[in-house]
Amino acid sequence: MTALATSSSSSPLHFWGYFMDHRSTDLSWLWSHTWLSVVPVVIGLLVALPLGWLARRYRFVYPPLISLTGLIYTIPSIALFVLIPPLFGLKSLDPKQVPIALTLYSIALLVRVVADGLASVSEDTVQAATAIGFKPLGRFFRVELPIAVPVITAGLRVALVANVSIVAVSGTIGMSNLGQLFTLGFQNSTTGPYYPPIVLGIVLCVLLALVLDRIVIILNTLLTPWRKAVRS
Amino acid sequence: MIRFESVSKRYPDGTVAVDELDFVAPSGQITVLVGPSGCGKTTSLRMINRMIEPTAGRILIDDQDVTKVDAAQLRRGIGYVIQHAGLFPHRTIIDNVASVPYLLGTDKKQARARAMELIERVGLDPRFAKRYPSQLSGGQQQRVGVARALAADPPVMLMDEPFSAVDPVVRDQLQDEFLRLQSDLGKTIVFVTHDIDEAIKLGDQVAVLRVGGHLAQLATPAELLSRPVDEFVAGFVGRDRGYRALTFATVGELAVHDEQTVTMGAPVPSRADLDNWILVVDAANVPQGWLNLAELRPDHTTVTAEMLYRGGTLATQGGSLREALDACLSSPSGRGVVVDSDGTLLGSITAAEVLGLIEKRRPGAAAVTGSGSERR
Ligand SMILES: Nc1ncnc2c1ncn2[C@@H]1O[C@H](COP(=O)(O)OP(=O)(O)OP(=O)(O)O)[C@@H](O)[C@H]1O
Ligand SMILES: [Mg+2]
Repeated sequence: MTALATSSSSSPLHFWGYFMDHRSTDLSWLWSHTWLSVVPVVIGLLVALPLGWLARRYRFVYPPLISLTGLIYTIPSIALFVLIPPLFGLKSLDPKQVPIALTLYSIALLVRVVADGLASVSEDTVQAATAIGFKPLGRFFRVELPIAVPVITAGLRVALVANVSIVAVSGTIGMSNLGQLFTLGFQNSTTGPYYPPIVLGIVLCVLLALVLDRIVIILNTLLTPWRKAVRS
Repeated sequence: MIRFESVSKRYPDGTVAVDELDFVAPSGQITVLVGPSGCGKTTSLRMINRMIEPTAGRILIDDQDVTKVDAAQLRRGIGYVIQHAGLFPHRTIIDNVASVPYLLGTDKKQARARAMELIERVGLDPRFAKRYPSQLSGGQQQRVGVARALAADPPVMLMDEPFSAVDPVVRDQLQDEFLRLQSDLGKTIVFVTHDIDEAIKLGDQVAVLRVGGHLAQLATPAELLSRPVDEFVAGFVGRDRGYRALTFATVGELAVHDEQTVTMGAPVPSRADLDNWILVVDAANVPQGWLNLAELRPDHTTVTAEMLYRGGTLATQGGSLREALDACLSSPSGRGVVVDSDGTLLGSITAAEVLGLIEKRRPGAAAVTGSGSERR
């Protein structure tokens, strides 16, 4: 951390200079932060699809599943990070513990989103699809899921943004991502507060969240040309 | 041909929706299932394409037991139209219509060409093809629903209250177009409705169901109106069934009187032959309305559109006695206007004359005539 000494100013506005001085570290943190935010959501969605379908298909599955997933979501992230290693037979501070925790959160959030998205498909449409001769699987992928896309993408946006901030929390327990910037900021606040890394961390997290959110919005628009027709 | 053989459906909660139903829906004809809400119409219909499985009895389509056919395969060969059309909101109109051909693996281009043909056939503007369902009115969506059901040219069509969610004017239009389409296509159709007027208008035969899923009567519309089997059917068929039965009564040729006419735009005649009413026609001798000489203002010198009484309906030569009687009753002059099939004026007829024709048709009319015993 020799570079720290050369950073003359501790003013919050100096974050850009701080970034330029530590570009390669910061960028690698940003990169891992991005992956940690995105991959668990993708895996979460893949797991949530069949579970959400189950909850929709067999209505009695819905209430317990929603309660269970709701429960997972109420566990504080730090607690979940700590609980994961013993539960999954990992050493503590294993790099896998954070993605596992985030995947659990994503599943918890998205099961409900998928189930509600499928419930948003009108019963008439489902009946018509069946009557026309769709088999259950074809009906799911070609009728129910495409119509549920707007609800599901709304859920994805929430999950992604939430993950960006939870990943940052994991940085404070030593995982290498943008969260480290906050740790650094606190560690270097010896005589007075040392703002630049903290502000940089906030700026990069917000930018990342905005970009990911925008990507999902664009994806949604591409997948649902029919929604434009609804709005106009 | 669709044959119900002692078909029953008892839902898991014990509700008997259909009870020992026996009937045949003949090929190429429209069989209407009608009855009060909850009498098992939808259940009966859905057992045909196995959306619901019967708990007893069997259903045969052309002597093939439907339960012996793979359900999805069976359904692709049966057109199905429901009340709110049930279109796929995420597919364009053309792709909605082509749904079944796509499922059957028809080449995309060919499926779309066929869909386009059907879109026009059901009376939709071809420009709608690229729209989404939410951009169409309810009546238009319903037409798309019919087109979608027809796309794979299935021999059998099932229709569950397809026209009941649209306003009466559009409903009437859709019914007329449906009848025209059916006269070309000759599908075997089972049509569900709770509206007895619709049943009578559309059905080649009508099955009246009573709550509990019992068949009360299966008959042609004319029979149903003139000879309901019991109080329930009589009550369901309605109070003015005597009048409505005239829909099915035709006479070879109505003897008409010549009617004095004046052409639109011509000078107003100074006097009328019979009373104050004069029939106004256009240049092609098509009736436009009635003119009342007693109500003219001094500035009324030539016949103009706003002077006309247009309330009267027209009777077509060779049409039903109901039409003829209605033409008389709705005409301000009391004389019903009779036109030929291309709409040009033939002459007029009076209500008394139509009633005379009705009396003559009555079975045993000769004995009754003159005694007046059946009249009030
Ligand atoms: N899934 C079900 N479980 C239990 N009972 C049912 C079920 N579906 C229908 N029923 C009952 O079966 C009876 C017949 O229902 P059905 O839907 O066939 O009536 P319908 O004649 O189509 O009525 P409507 O004119 O109101 O559409 C009703 O009493 C209804 O409550
Ligand atoms: Mg029904």
